[in-house]
Amino acid sequence: MDWTYIFFTVLKAVIMVTIFMSIAGYTVVAERKVASWIQERPGPNRTTLPIILAIPVIGRIVTRLGLIQLPADGGKFLFKEDPFPGHVNKVYFILAPIVALIPALTTMTVLPFGEITRDGVTVPLVLANLDVGMLFILAFSSLGVYGIILAGWASNSKYPFLGGIRASAQVISYELAMGMSLLPVFMWAGGTLNLFDLVEAQSGLLFGCLPKWMIFFQPVSALLFLTALFAETNRLPFDMPESETDLVAGFNTEYGAFKFGLFFVGEYAHVTMGSALFVVLFLGGWSLWPLNIFGLVDYPAGILGAVLSALVFMLKTFCLIFFFLWIRWTLPRFRYDQIMNLGWKRLLPIAIANFVVYAIAMAVYIRFFNQA
Amino acid sequence: MLDIIFYIFAALTILSAILVPVSRNPVNGAMFMIVSFVSTACLYVLLNAYFLAVLQILVYAGAIIVLFLFIIMLLNVEQVKTLRPSFFSQIAGLLALCILSLGVGSLFLSGSANPSPELAVSAGSGIARNFGYMLFTKYMLPFQVSGFMLLVSMIGVILLSKKINVEVPSRKEQGDA
Repeated sequence: MDWTYIFFTVLKAVIMVTIFMSIAGYTVVAERKVASWIQERPGPNRTTLPIILAIPVIGRIVTRLGLIQLPADGGKFLFKEDPFPGHVNKVYFILAPIVALIPALTTMTVLPFGEITRDGVTVPLVLANLDVGMLFILAFSSLGVYGIILAGWASNSKYPFLGGIRASAQVISYELAMGMSLLPVFMWAGGTLNLFDLVEAQSGLLFGCLPKWMIFFQPVSALLFLTALFAETNRLPFDMPESETDLVAGFNTEYGAFKFGLFFVGEYAHVTMGSALFVVLFLGGWSLWPLNIFGLVDYPAGILGAVLSALVFMLKTFCLIFFFLWIRWTLPRFRYDQIMNLGWKRLLPIAIANFVVYAIAMAVYIRFFNQA
Repeated sequence: MLDIIFYIFAALTILSAILVPVSRNPVNGAMFMIVSFVSTACLYVLLNAYFLAVLQILVYAGAIIVLFLFIIMLLNVEQVKTLRPSFFSQIAGLLALCILSLGVGSLFLSGSANPSPELAVSAGSGIARNFGYMLFTKYMLPFQVSGFMLLVSMIGVILLSKKINVEVPSRKEQGDA
């Protein structure tokens, strides 16, 4: 194997991790800002440095937007005293936050976030263009539950344990509905599990005006997937594992300083990843609607097109992240039995019915209309 | 390069597999099992069998071990007493060891354990569509049979774990019903 090849692969991975983690980090700030707007208060608007205030106009705006809050919080998490309760299982106590973060960073290797056209050939901007990309994401995100379950168990006290057990039960229940809801999507796209092929299948127009996004063909799947995504990322209204009214802080009650920070960033990394995944699956990835009605179908060749497509993709992802935050500050939390009822008695039967209906419809279509 | 990676993951698989029954804490055992499964999946990746590798992680590491951990934590087996195995299980273990060493020995002596020439990678073995097509045409019967075996074992588990306290209804109630 060529060493320059390895070097460039590692470089690409480092750049991707950096961008992804800064987006995840700034999602934390965005959450606080969105919360403050919804609750009509200013939110974080004072953290700053003298150097930044010295910049005439921009310094004030940056401070007001709370953009310095993230490095300040990160520094605080790093330099705070790291409390270590005496009654915990040390190995797993340290392992748990790491395990919680790794799946989110692993799944992004197969996430396509743009395309580049070189010499007339369009290839995706992705670290690993896997044929079974979607299954890979499902597999590794299902490993994320270990972080929570181990944290709850290793903390060796009541509330973290309850939080951990709740979280794992919830994640296992909604995984099933999530996988089922995705089956018709990939059947519709022609049996591929490759995410880039799925995005390619969604480019183009329906009736000359609507985009060919999956959300228009598979609205039930999109709704089911989004609901399951909220449950999988432990976001409100499904944030049972850390419902502070009855569990103090759930599985991370005993955690402080940097280890808590890892859990915190892990949650927002999952939110970012989930939003990006929803964009790829249902919102056509980087396909540019409504501009493609006017004939702007393809991105320009070379670096410019790559950057533009990545920017469009990021913009769509940010909209979805905002949707996540918006829901959190709008809906109240469910009760635990309601969550379990919803998962097993509503979502799963609907997902199976959705799958069967689409399978029959597609079989009938192929048999009688399209002799392919 | 690939050889080194293979040896690393092969060693990891075997080492963690050995540590599963040896470790005292059942949670440690379950965690080593995950490591073993994931490194097996890495071996599949080295064989270009991505689909199999992903399924290995999805089914075993993602679902089954979570249930194991669940049971271990709910039962709260913190201090496990060192159980002295009963006479019958000692005999059974000895018998199993004899059969196993006989099998392994005969494999080595017959020479069929020698490394075979490299197999050609079947085209498109990583694509889910081919996999499903083969499963529902050529390998339909084994597929159905293994599914049926899973069903049988599931019913068995339900029957074993169910508490049977059937109240015998009295004559009068039967008459009323």
